[in-house]
Amino acid sequence: MAEDGIRLTEVQKRRRRARSIAIGLALGALVVLFYVVTIVKMGPGVIANRPL
Amino acid sequence: MSDIHLDRVDAEAGNLASPSDYIALLKPRVMSLVVFTALVGMMMAPGGIHPVLGFTALLCIAVGAGASGALNMWYDADIDAIMKRTSGRPIPSGRVTKGEALAFGLTLAAFSVTLLALFVNLVAGLLLAFTIFFYVVIYSMWLKRWTPQNIVIGGAAGAFPPVVGWASVTGSVSFESIVLFLMIFMWTPPHFWALAMFKSDDYRRAGIPMLPVVSGLAETRRQILLYSLILAPIGVLPTILGFASFAYGVAASVLGLAFVILAIRVYRMKDSDQAMLPAKRLFAFSILYLFLLFAMLLVERCISLIGWAV
Repeated sequence: MAEDGIRLTEVQKRRRRARSIAIGLALGALVVLFYVVTIVKMGPGVIANRPL
Repeated sequence: MSDIHLDRVDAEAGNLASPSDYIALLKPRVMSLVVFTALVGMMMAPGGIHPVLGFTALLCIAVGAGASGALNMWYDADIDAIMKRTSGRPIPSGRVTKGEALAFGLTLAAFSVTLLALFVNLVAGLLLAFTIFFYVVIYSMWLKRWTPQNIVIGGAAGAFPPVVGWASVTGSVSFESIVLFLMIFMWTPPHFWALAMFKSDDYRRAGIPMLPVVSGLAETRRQILLYSLILAPIGVLPTILGFASFAYGVAASVLGLAFVILAIRVYRMKDSDQAMLPAKRLFAFSILYLFLLFAMLLVERCISLIGWAV
């Protein structure tokens, strides 16, 4: 079976890993951005209007 | 082993792209100028914006510019492969496929426009969408290969970022932001034609109808001088219209005069001049000129915001 599969060279493996890390970092940055922007958009009301 | 199998392996496993290739698709140098001019547009705008939203707006504008760059490289892959200046780009060098660049560009374009519209305001989002559309469809697909006026009209795409930055703060377009637009719009033709003069062989080989290729060097020199004469007073408009100081006006006048003097030297160049030093000098100075004008506006605005203005 192995001979039918696609064998990546070391360079290809290294670059695939680098691409995966870059995508992961970008997604992580988006999560942080969405969180921070949500807090900013809600403003101080998020605390002031919270029912006790 | 059949060739079909090898083709499949090449297509599926041959991806040698590293993250830096995808960053190259975004045209980072163009992006840095876009971010800078958009920042000036934001800072010049009346009122204010929450720093987090301001940062988000700049990020969206930068990513939108990057998306335009990726889509431009997708569409222009054939001519990029012919021209020396662009043959090392990710698609002609085989590290990224055209399909990948298209998907990358479309995804980033959709994300940047949607986020800017949702997080900042709808007007800014629509303006960014129009900017991307203008650069990719109007300039890259239509004008670039069709008319020597390609960069005159297409220059609007590069002139929109300060307008988008301004709209991010105010939610509208006003005449101050149109002046910033005009400064870049009128700067683009002499800047690119100076480059096209000493790169005209490249453009000719690729079949792009740049002005020096279609109308010759003499007509290009004349047009450069004409546009420079219009650009110099436009650079002073912020002072004349009252949203920049007298000091800015003096500096912009001196810089504009230097621009015109360099353009006159280009105008006086001989057809036999192979080194084209005056054109190279004008090209280099044009970058400095635009940077200094916008930097002065930014510094002045920062000083007045801090309250040190006289």
